[in-house]
Amino acid sequence: MSSDAERLDALRAGDEAAFAALVREYHPSLVRVARIYVSTQAAAEEVAQETWLGVLNGLSRFEGRSSLKTWIFRILTNIAQTRAQRDGRTLPFSALQDPARVPEAAVDADRFLDPEHPRWPGHWAVKPEPWPEDALVAAETRERLAAAIEELPASQRAVISLRDVEGWSSDEVRNALELSETNQRVLLHRARSKVRAALESYLEQA
Amino acid sequence: MTVDVEQLSCRELVELVTDYLEGALPENDRVLFEEHIARCTGCSGYLEQLRQTIALSGRLVPADVSAEAEGVLLEAFRSWRSH
Repeated sequence: MSSDAERLDALRAGDEAAFAALVREYHPSLVRVARIYVSTQAAAEEVAQETWLGVLNGLSRFEGRSSLKTWIFRILTNIAQTRAQRDGRTLPFSALQDPARVPEAAVDADRFLDPEHPRWPGHWAVKPEPWPEDALVAAETRERLAAAIEELPASQRAVISLRDVEGWSSDEVRNALELSETNQRVLLHRARSKVRAALESYLEQA
Repeated sequence: MTVDVEQLSCRELVELVTDYLEGALPENDRVLFEEHIARCTGCSGYLEQLRQTIALSGRLVPADVSAEAEGVLLEAFRSWRSH
């Protein structure tokens, strides 16, 4: 992969292949992040496409104070927020900016003994069983995992997709989504916990 | 009863797993966490499942751009370039 400076030079010189590479790399993630703000997949796709026009029109002014990636996602966030307001959609402040306000357990409470249990308070009542290696590598398990990610609330889905599927660092995700360190971790925690639970229930039946 | 179960229950531990994996636990909590994991097969099994979940997510193929969207965007690029 080339550096931001090389990419910018190529884009400004009108290099279509450089633009196509950038689109392939970021467009799916842009759509996923847009989905946090707008209510349909089609609207998210439109926001992402509009973002690319914003990128092209802003190229001559971009000074490289942030990474190219962060800059592109900032443009997306602005467009998505404007669009959400226009559609009269309440911005998901609680989902993005204050996810801890609504508590969610990583594991169902009934998997544990009572917190007042005389001998083993809060200990596992039903322990997690090791997953069979062969089932774990099966294509069906990957499909189940992908489906579990799709079923998450949009903010959790965006964070887990960027971190665990695309392999971004926590700083990159924080910058792109304008999240605090804590909120990024809360969203990641909830997403991973639910996806693990989905895999567990699938693999138990397998 | 062991000290770690008194100070950090399994039910509490599962809520700290992401902070632990992200290196965000304060030192005291990290020590408690690791002592608990070392003695508790339920929690070490849970941590292993989360690690497997993360590894498996990393093997998913990132989503593609639809040919239609790519076509529209490349068209927009050509039009931008000609201005």
